[in-house]
Parts: sequence; C-alpha cells; structure tokens
Amino acid sequence: MTAFKRLDTGGRIDRSRTLTFTYDGQRLFGQVGDTLASALLANGKMVVGRSFKYHRPRGFLSAGIEEANGLFTIGEGNRAEPNIPGTMVPLVDGLVARSQNAWPSPAFDLMAVNSLAAPLFGAGFYYKTFMGPFKKSWMFYEPFIRKAAGMGKADAAKDGARHDVEYGFCDVLVVGSGPAGLAAALAAGRAGAKVILAEQDAEPGGSLLSESGDTLERWRAATLAELQALANVTLLVRATAQGIYDGNQVVVSQHLANGQLLHVVRARTIILATGALERPLVFSNNDRPGVMLASALRSYLNRFALAPAARAVIATNNDSAYATAFALAEAGVAVTIAEERAVPAGDLLAQAAALGIAIFPNAGIADTLGGNTLKAVRLKGRHSVTIECDVLAMSGGWNPAVHLTSHGGIRPRYDEAIAAFVPGGFADGQFGAGAMLGHFGLLAAVRDGEGAARSALTRCGISKMPAAVEPPAVRDDRAYGIAVAADPFAVTVPGKAFVDFQHDVTAKDIKVAHQEGYHSVEHLKRYTTLGMATDQGKTSNVNALAMMAALRGLTPAEAGTTTFRPPFSPLTVGALAGRSVGRHFRPTRRSPLHDWNAKNGCTFIEAGPWMRAWYYDWAGATPQEAYVKEMELVRKGVGLADVSTLGKIDVQGPDAAEFLNRVYVNGFAKLPVGKARYGVMLNDDGLVLDDGTTSRISDTQFYMTTTTAQAGEVMSWLEYLLQCHWTDLKVHVSSLTDEWGGMAVSGPDSRKALQLAFPDAEVSTEALPYMGVKDISFGGTTVRILRLSFSGELAYEVHCPANFVTALWEHILKAAAPLGIKPYGLEALASLRIEKGHVAGLELDHRNSLDDLGLGKMAAKEKPYIGKELRLRENMQAPERWSLVGLELMEPEKKLRGGSILFAATDEIKGHGRGYITSVTWSTELGKFIALGLYNGGLRHEGEEITAAFPLKNEQVKLKIVSPHFIDKEGARLHA
Amino acid sequence: MAKGYSVFSLLRHALKPDTPWGLAWEKPTPKSSYDVIIIGGGGHGLATAYYLAKNHGITNVAVLEKGYIGSGNVGRNTTIIRSNYMLGTNTPFFEFSLKLWEGLSHDLNYNCMVSHRGQVVVAVSPGQLDSMARRGNIMRLHGIDAELLDRGEVQKLLPYLDYSKDARFPVWGAIHQPRAGTARHDAVAWGYARAASQLGVHIIEDCEVTGIHMEQGRAVGVETTRGRINAGKVGIAVAGHTSQVAAMAGLKLPVESHILQAFVTEAVKPMVHHVVSWGAELFYLSQSDKGGMVFGGHIDGFNTFTQRGQLFKIQDVMQCAVSLMPFMSRMRLLRHWGGIQDMTPDGSPFICRTPVRDLYLNGGWCYQGFKATPASGWTFAHTIAHDSEHELNRDYSLDRFEKGGELDEHGTGNWTYKQ
Amino acid sequence: MRIPCPHCGERDVSEFRYGGDASRQRPAHGTGDLKAWHDYTFTFDNPKGPHTEHWQHVLGCRQWFSLNRNTATNEITGVVE
Repeated sequence: MTAFKRLDTGGRIDRSRTLTFTYDGQRLFGQVGDTLASALLANGKMVVGRSFKYHRPRGFLSAGIEEANGLFTIGEGNRAEPNIPGTMVPLVDGLVARSQNAWPSPAFDLMAVNSLAAPLFGAGFYYKTFMGPFKKSWMFYEPFIRKAAGMGKADAAKDGARHDVEYGFCDVLVVGSGPAGLAAALAAGRAGAKVILAEQDAEPGGSLLSESGDTLERWRAATLAELQALANVTLLVRATAQGIYDGNQVVVSQHLANGQLLHVVRARTIILATGALERPLVFSNNDRPGVMLASALRSYLNRFALAPAARAVIATNNDSAYATAFALAEAGVAVTIAEERAVPAGDLLAQAAALGIAIFPNAGIADTLGGNTLKAVRLKGRHSVTIECDVLAMSGGWNPAVHLTSHGGIRPRYDEAIAAFVPGGFADGQFGAGAMLGHFGLLAAVRDGEGAARSALTRCGISKMPAAVEPPAVRDDRAYGIAVAADPFAVTVPGKAFVDFQHDVTAKDIKVAHQEGYHSVEHLKRYTTLGMATDQGKTSNVNALAMMAALRGLTPAEAGTTTFRPPFSPLTVGALAGRSVGRHFRPTRRSPLHDWNAKNGCTFIEAGPWMRAWYYDWAGATPQEAYVKEMELVRKGVGLADVSTLGKIDVQGPDAAEFLNRVYVNGFAKLPVGKARYGVMLNDDGLVLDDGTTSRISDTQFYMTTTTAQAGEVMSWLEYLLQCHWTDLKVHVSSLTDEWGGMAVSGPDSRKALQLAFPDAEVSTEALPYMGVKDISFGGTTVRILRLSFSGELAYEVHCPANFVTALWEHILKAAAPLGIKPYGLEALASLRIEKGHVAGLELDHRNSLDDLGLGKMAAKEKPYIGKELRLRENMQAPERWSLVGLELMEPEKKLRGGSILFAATDEIKGHGRGYITSVTWSTELGKFIALGLYNGGLRHEGEEITAAFPLKNEQVKLKIVSPHFIDKEGARLHA
Repeated sequence: MAKGYSVFSLLRHALKPDTPWGLAWEKPTPKSSYDVIIIGGGGHGLATAYYLAKNHGITNVAVLEKGYIGSGNVGRNTTIIRSNYMLGTNTPFFEFSLKLWEGLSHDLNYNCMVSHRGQVVVAVSPGQLDSMARRGNIMRLHGIDAELLDRGEVQKLLPYLDYSKDARFPVWGAIHQPRAGTARHDAVAWGYARAASQLGVHIIEDCEVTGIHMEQGRAVGVETTRGRINAGKVGIAVAGHTSQVAAMAGLKLPVESHILQAFVTEAVKPMVHHVVSWGAELFYLSQSDKGGMVFGGHIDGFNTFTQRGQLFKIQDVMQCAVSLMPFMSRMRLLRHWGGIQDMTPDGSPFICRTPVRDLYLNGGWCYQGFKATPASGWTFAHTIAHDSEHELNRDYSLDRFEKGGELDEHGTGNWTYKQ
Repeated sequence: MRIPCPHCGERDVSEFRYGGDASRQRPAHGTGDLKAWHDYTFTFDNPKGPHTEHWQHVLGCRQWFSLNRNTATNEITGVVE
C-alpha cells in the first residue's frame, strides 16, 4: 500500500503524456507536468533520502524550493549534478535520478547505524572530543568524519552543460509570478515600462498553481495572456532571482535545456513578490517520511493530483492549513485536524463540520509512529489519542521570503502579529508586494502588486499610469489567525524533534547551545550548523530563532535574526562563471606575428596574458638545445625576435620632455631628437616601478617602451599623474601597444641584415649610432628603427604599425637570408639579457630599489623625480642591502637553479641567507651556467666564492660573484 | 556541571536527559577597571587575552566585543593555516604560529579541528616556479616543511585539476607544504574564549568601544556603550575597524579597509584532500570536513565597510574555480559573504607599541590574519606585558615605512588595494 | 556597483581602476621632505563614511576623476567637479 494515490481527474498534469525516468536504476513512469518529487510520490517512493548526521529515513517535506530532504543527483556522466531538490526538477523523458547519502538504498541504509550513536552527536560534539590521545589526533579521526559527511558526490569530468551570461536592463524587474507578481507585472507592463518577470518554477502562477477552482485559473490564464501579448514584458520561467548587489544589480539564474543562463539585470526598480514559505512544527519524530508541510500537501493534491491513500492529519497553529484540510476532504480523504489553538474561527469550524472533519483543539502532535514511513500520530495534551494516517501535514505559520531585501544589508524586522520576520525596509528602487510583506491573502497580494507597480513607475519617471488590475472574483481574504505555542519546549516525549531537517539539528541541540552560552543567533547557527544545509534554513531558521529567544527570555524581535546572504538557493558555480572558463578563462593576447609563428614551428609559452614565442623548431632539437642554438645565432650571426609585447606609449605635447624628466630618475629634458635613452621610473615609495627606453621623435613627441608585464600599470600611472596632479602640463599619452609591433634584429650581422632589408635607408654607425632612432618610409609605411640592444650585441629594433609587422618580418627574413638569419624566441631573448646583465622579470619585482639593481648612478643628483625622497629612507640606503651581482657556477658538473638561496662560504646554511638567485641560464659565450642574483652588499664582494643552496632538492653549489655584465663590459659590440 | 571536554565526559553525559555542560565562557558584568583591556573579541583579541593570562599571569583582563565574539574575520575566512613566508620575521612568525596550531586543541581543551592536510600552490610558468622555489628554500632553511613538485607529481596529488589543452594557464609544478592545512574557524574563537575565561579573563560581548580616554599622552581607559572602563593598558585588535579605533587616540595609520569575499558550496563526499592555491590569479580552495568547498580570491579592490561584495569579483572567482578545477562547474554555491580586511601598503601586519603610551596595536592583517591567530595573540601579549616587541614581531612596527622596512611578500608594490 | 563616469555615463565598476583616497595632498613635484612623502604615501584616514576617491575608466575613456562615495554603504553621491 502506498501513502499517496494519483487521482483520476484534476491537477495540472497531462495524463495523456507519460514520461519514463530512472530512479536508482529502477524504471518508473510519470506524467508531463510532474516534478521528480510528485512522480516519485506517485510511484510510492516515500523514503527518498537519508539525513546528514543520523542517516534517518527522510521523505519530501515540501513541494518547492525550500526542500530539505529530497535531494538527488540528477543526470549522468558529465551532466551529473549532486544535491538537487526533487521538488524543483520538472520531469522529462529519460531523466536519471539517484538518491544520496545512503547505502545501499534510502529505504535500507546501513549507515543508519549512526543513529545508535546519536546521543553522542549532540550540538557541538565535535568540539569536545576527537582531541586525544596525541597532539595531532584529529588527523586520525578526520578521514572518518569526512567520509561520513557530505551528501552527493562530485564528478571530476568537465561539465557537459554550457552556461552563458546575459547582461540586461529593465525598468521593472518583478520577482515571483504569484498573484502579487502577476498583478505588478501587468500594471507595469500596461504602462509601457520595460518589464522582466522572473519565476523560479517551471510554470508561472506561484501559489495559484496549488489552488483549486476555475476562478483563479481563469484569472491566471487571462493575466498571462495579456502579459505575453505585451512586447515590453519578458517572462522568464525556471529563473530564480538569486541575489541583489549594489546598484540594483540582480542575478537571475535560469535553467535551460543545455545549461544555465545567468541574467545579470540592471533594474531601475525591483518589485519583490517572493511570497512566503511555510514553517514546520517541532515535535518528536517530525521527520518521519509522510510528514510534510500543509502547503506542500495542498500542492501535491491540487497541482499534481496526488492524494493521501485514505487518511490525513493536519496539525496547525493558524488558519491557512484549513484550505488543505478542506481540499483533502473534498477529494475523499478522511481528515483530522490537530489544532494547537484553543478555538479556531467559527466559520472554519462550521465548514469543517460540513465536510466531516474532526478537530481536536489545544492538541499539538506529541509523536509520530511508524517505521520508515508514517503510520499514525499521537496527539499531546489531554487528548493523547493515536490517529492512524498516511500523511501528516503541518503548518507552523508562514515566513515571508524576505531574503532578497536583506542582501543589501537591511535587517528583517519581527512582526508580532504574524509571528514572523518581515522586510526591515527596502533599498532605493525596491518595493515589496503580497505575502513577502506579511500580507497573507490573495486580494491583498493583487492590490499590493498593483500598488508596487505604480510606485515603481513613479520611481522610473514613467508618468503614464496603467488601467486598474481587475482582481479575481473570489471572496475576501480571511484572517491568518496564527497563535504560536507559548513554550516551544513543551515537548516531553522522548525522541528527536527536528528543527533543521537536513542538518539534523533538534530542539535539544538548541537547548544545549543555549546552556553552553552560544546565545547570539549567529553563534547558534555556527555551533549547531543550523540553517547551513542546502536549504539554507528556509524552513528552520525562524523556528530556531524563536526557540532561542524563548530560552533567553527575549522576544524574537529582541533576539534578532541571522543575515541572509546570496544566493537565494544553491547556484551552480558554472552558471556564475559562464563562458569565461578553460581556454577562455582570460583573454589571450597575441602578437601580430602570432599566426606566422604558429605556422613556422614556434612553441609558445603563456607569459601573463600573452602567448609568446618561446623557441623555434631546430630540426627536432630539445627546448634546451633550441634556445642555445638561438643564443649562438645572435652571438655569432643575426637573429630576429618578436618584441611586439613591449608596452609602447606615445608621449606628445609641449611639456612632454618635462613630464618624462619628472617620471624617470634620469634626465630626459635634454634628450636630442633622434636619440633613445634607457630610463628607470620609481614609485612614490622609491622602489623601482619599471624600465625601458624612450626615444625623442621630435621636440614634442616621445616614443616610450615599457616592460611587457608593466605596460598597463605604467600607462595608468602616467595618465594618473597628468590628469590628477600635473594638470598644468600640456602632455597627452596614448598607448600604442596594440597598434604597433616590433622585432629585434640582433647580432654582429644585424646591420648587414638591415642594409639588405632596407637598401635605401642609411644605417651606418655614423648615420644611426648606438641609441640612435630614425623613422624611414618603407612600402608606404612608417618604420621606426631604434638602435637598441637587449642582448648586448650590435642590434636594432624595428617597429611599425601592427598590420604591417608580419610583412616586414617576412621581408627581413627573406632579404637577410644570405646571412643565415632565423627567428629566436623568448627563452633565448631572456638568456642573452642575463649574459648582458640587463635586469628584467624577477629582478623587477617591486621590492628592489634603484641601488639594489646597481642602477643608483643613473639617478639625477639635482633634478627632482618621482620617488626621490622615499628612495633615501634609512633601510633603503643600508650598505647590507641585497643588490645585483653576477654569478658563475664553479662546479660545472652540478646544476644551477633559480630560486637558490645564497650564503657566504663560511656561513651556516640556514635562515634567510644573504641573497638569492633570480635568473639562470647557460652561457654560450662563457660555456658555463651563469646567473643573476641579489646579494648582501652586492659587488663589494666581487670575486668571492659563495654557496647557493637549494634545499628543496638537497643541493648546494659553489659560485663566484662576478660583474653582472658577463659579456662585453666595455660595450664595444653595442657601438660597433 | 561538566568542565573538561573529552570523549569520556561526552560518553558519561550522553545518556542523561539534560545537557551537563555549563557556559563555554562566562558572561560577566564589566568591572570599572582592568589591568589590560583588549578591544575586539575576534581570534586575535581572544588569543591575546588567553596568552596574557597563561604566559604572563595577567588575568585581570577584559576583552570588549561590540557584537558577539568571533563575529568578525575569524568567522568569515577560508580557514587556511600555513607558514610559507620568506621575508624577515614573517618566516619564523608564521612558523611559530603553525607550531602553536599543532597543539592548540590540546592546549585549549577544545577541538579546533586542526587539519594538517597540506597546501599545494600551483605554478603556471617556469618563472613562477622559480619564485616558489625561492620561497620553499627559505622555508626549508628555517626547518619548515616544503616540497617542490613537477607537473606529474601535481597530477598525482590533485588529479582533478585541468591538465588538458583547454587550460588557459597550464600547470608547471607546485610547492607543497604538508603541514599546512585548515582549522575550524569558529572553534578557534570559542576555544580561546573558553580557555581565557577559565583563567579569569572577562569576555564582554555587546560592548562597543566609543572612545579611548587619554591622560597626559597615555591611554587610561575606554568609553563603551556599557559605560567607562579604566585600564592600565589598552590593546587594539579590531581588524577592519582598526583605523576607526586608532583614530579615537588620534592616530592615523597605514591601513585601509577592503572587502574580501569568501564562498562555500554544498557538501559533497570527500574530493579535494588538500588546500589548493593557484598562481594564475589569487585563488584558494579546500573542502571542509562537512564536505563543502570553501574558497576565495582577491579583495574587491576599493575601500569599503559594507561586508557585501561586488558581482564582478564573484564571477572572477567562479571562473578561477572552474578553470583550475573543472569539476567545480557542477558544484552549487551555497553562500557567499564578505569580511573587512585591514589592508596595509606592504601586505604585512602591525603588532607593536604606538606613539601613545600604554596603547598597543595589533592590526593590518590584510587577509592573512586567521593563520596568524595563535602567534599574533602570543606576541601581542608579550608586547603588552613587557612594553616591548618580541623577537618574532620586531618587523611589525608602525614606523617600518618611514625606515624603508617594507615586508612585501607578494611583490605587488606599495598599494593597500593591490596587496 | 555602478560608477558614474563623467564622460561616458554610468558603467559597471569592473570597467574601472581604483586609485585610492583623493583627499590626500600630494606634495608638489620637487617639494616635500621624507616625512611629508611618507605621510602622503603610506597613511590613510580610511573613513567609514564619506570618502573622496580616484577612479579611472580604464576600460572606457581612460579618464581619471574623483567621486564621493560612502564607504559604509557604497552609495555614490556624485563626481567631484
């Protein structure tokens, strides 16, 4: 015998369309219009899960988003998602659902042995034990605890769903499509406002879907029809408003067939018509499958055509549950009402009597009886009778769904009259309507909705007021009539009375928390884990807060509530991430030469946002061999390297020279036209910000290059100085990083290469000396030749507009082919600069001063420059500062590693050492491993033999401190 | 009433109808005067009070908390403990802290669930791996555990990362500190409170400090919402509100308050067995004992006290999560929240005397305060008790910027909003 | 949060770069001693309440401007002219 039977008529299911689905491997049937939950109930599945801690059998508590018990893993393989409430899953053909946290099955779960130890597992039990016998004993216990915890299982495969993000704007966002939401959307829509109506259910209508009778359905259908005809109204279903962020930015997550669509809505106004959630009652064994919320039972009956097999008991402390009782009785179910109040309203008594419903006043539930499923209930008080039943429906009152109002920091306010928290206020542009305000009633909801729409329209500056919304033709709303039991701890029957079903928090746990001093509502939550399960306390919070308040002798208003935080319901991480994941996690910046490189044997490496040419194919050489060949190419012949990623900034204006003179530590005011200069800039704090070369193109125009890594920072910094502080300077800066590209032509044969490439250009050392710059015209385009060298060889950089870079590159390769020119990559580029002793990368790490990098002499003595004052702070001038040195490996059979720590020969190898290695390379020129590093006292120790320790690999090597300029100290090659 | 917590006492009391446990910490009425007042009932303040009593015998101490204890960052963080620091006293300080963590549950007789599950920091470029090697070497040279892992070793340890061609930033290797891990954050506050209370410290909740009383340049007491309370010495440990409280004594500090968001998903069965951090962007994740993935990223990046974060940063962090660990895409975010961080220009804290006599400062923790809690309390207690810095906190002075003594562990330069 | 760019209109905060407290007085170029630069560079009022701050519309017009925002509420009361 099953607890529920499917009725032959009624409900919103389509009996003509049968769907097949699988539950724990079993093939079952349902109808179009079912949810997974209703279909399982129709199939007699009452026990659908096990609780978190005690593994008690659990059935559906609700029919909606507040579901605490009925969680499933939905889907298979790379679409499997754990912890989905079955109440929110529309049944589709082929759906695969698996139960969780139970083995082998929810109905027969061997983990239920946990229940035997239940007396130990009270609130905060973890904190009092698992400490011994040793200091780290928790490491022994933890794996067992971890294994027992958790609900569903995560699947390591990549998500098979595709999630998208859509950004949108509207005048009025209406959250919830119950009577209040429909009325609000209709009124706003009629006025011509751009409206988005978001409904979390698969079908719009909210509470209307769970009511019986044609009148309401006709009103719902007519309203929807009018809304759908309005082009300015967008209706979203399976779309949950998850959070409101600053500036009325609302995140609405919508389930689509192949994934989720995240609507990020900028709403001028928001109307919250989010309804209310019913509270359970707290009594012994109130978690037995078959016990559910009265509103849920009404939903299963009216919407899903599921009735208790024969008998139902309704336990309530308010009038709202009577609608469920009457509907059940009309469907032929034998109904008994256990009424907590002394006297329910007279008309209810009369109606109940007419339907043959027995009412026990002053009669809460003492206990439930049965095994895995409910068989009977025992009433408390003088009645103390036992009533057999299939289903127990309970109503402890209603909690307005105030969650979204408090995301912005407004705390809910306790309303004694309805014994619940209501919005404590609304942020600018936000309005409420209906049950979420504590206005429980259909007509009140419609009136509220319309009123909120009018307020929203006014707020939007829309003066056209809509025609009045005609409410459904039903009798007046009845009173809510709640009376909360005076002492929530009047439970004397042994047995667990659950407050938080999913996390197994009982009334006793709340008592324990109180006795141990965890009084604050936040302490209560954190100590007992109440409200922290997947249902986020939707059914448990207020009951628990009221109980704690009672224990403290306070009113719930005085005790306060916890803070509601987004998301409103658990939200898939992938939906928030959208498409910016994996390969598209962050934009990939590519040099203008990327495609050429990709076609010509280049191996790339990620360098921050850039994909850079790392090394090229040398007939199957290993990466280590390839970069050495490329170094040799530059040292002995000529190579071509892509340097397009360098920051490039055009600095123009009558005060451009003065500006640069302030920004760089060295002088730029007198830089002649046609010359470049290496410059270093500091932050205000006197530490090095960046370096690069800047060339003077004309009296009023400079061409600055920055490091690849700092290009964006430097650009903003220059703009900041000009726009916020030095507004009197007539200078404009423009980034050319993307607009221009460049290549380095390096090596002793580089001049010959240029001569071959640009036969008309004069590039002799007289015409273009070291640090000379000239623009030539080539192929109708301006090409800028800068005689700069990063490698230390005779070298040039050739810059030009980005769309011309590849053609120029191919031209140089072709023209200089007789010289054996070949491209070289980042690895060789970086190695060549180490040989030359140019600082870059790890030397420019924001921690080093000019002096640390051996560049102190560059700083102008007289002129002011940024960072000058703080550069002179005590510690930054200390002689024992770590400063740049060159290092040569003295033990050729050993390996030299970046990140090694440096010690003097006689030091004990411990502590912070005297410095560290920043950059290492094989030197083709010296035939040994060399490095750059920072060392205590720097080059004052030149010639000393020191130790580099790499304890991560238990290695130590001997090094000699040398000048960081390993090659061509005099610069003869540069000036060749 | 039961006092000591142990499995035996639990068993003894389990079957009794009523709970035997008394208040975890007493709730006394404030006295008119204390030897030491600690402003701020967070992890650092409570730990300081505990060590004042335990290490220095100073028990006439009050901890004043404006809300409930642990309501600030100690209860809002991602619970990571580690000691992978490489500059100055950072290295021994955080290692000392980790050592205190190791014995903390025993010391406090409160299970703080200190889990040495290890932290793996994933490098995404050879240069980054070199930087991490430097850090790891410094750790080893201080007797701290650290291991350098290559890509294959990372894959063995963390099989669920993205090793495919789809990875925007490929895994190059990692540094692993096996003794790093997590602790149960709330338990740390409660455990310190309980242990301090048992030593006689007064823990006074719902008591907001509204002013600092000064006489002849010395701090002599505080004004509170529960009246004036005199003190021999006053210590500040208020994290996000450091500037506000210090201003009551006329101090302007190198601190700005920023929001850091944190995230937790629904609970699933064990999947991630380490703390995992990423080098591509600041991102870190661990799985709590309860089963939820607890994770976070960088600060939002502008001053705020609102405790609510910006959506773009949430999206950033989710993108990190899915890109590093593709399985995260199908996990469901349960909650996200924000804590207010007292950011300093160099990312390092202050535990020090101040220009005002008898007024001491513990702050500027940026987002690394949780792991520091035990050592912070220990050294702050020392500094208050002796009116001088302990060798472990000598670099954490207020005047380090004047002297050029920045401790910039991240190498981001002097920006409170970039640290 | 939306930032009112005086040139482009309201845009999402993610388009902007934050530049810190704009009420701090930067010593004029070439003036100020170590203490003045220290105070300017390293110390902050960090108010909980009205705050004047620099922002740059870095993914838009790239203009820097100052606005008044309440750090206790994130309410923006306007751009500083």
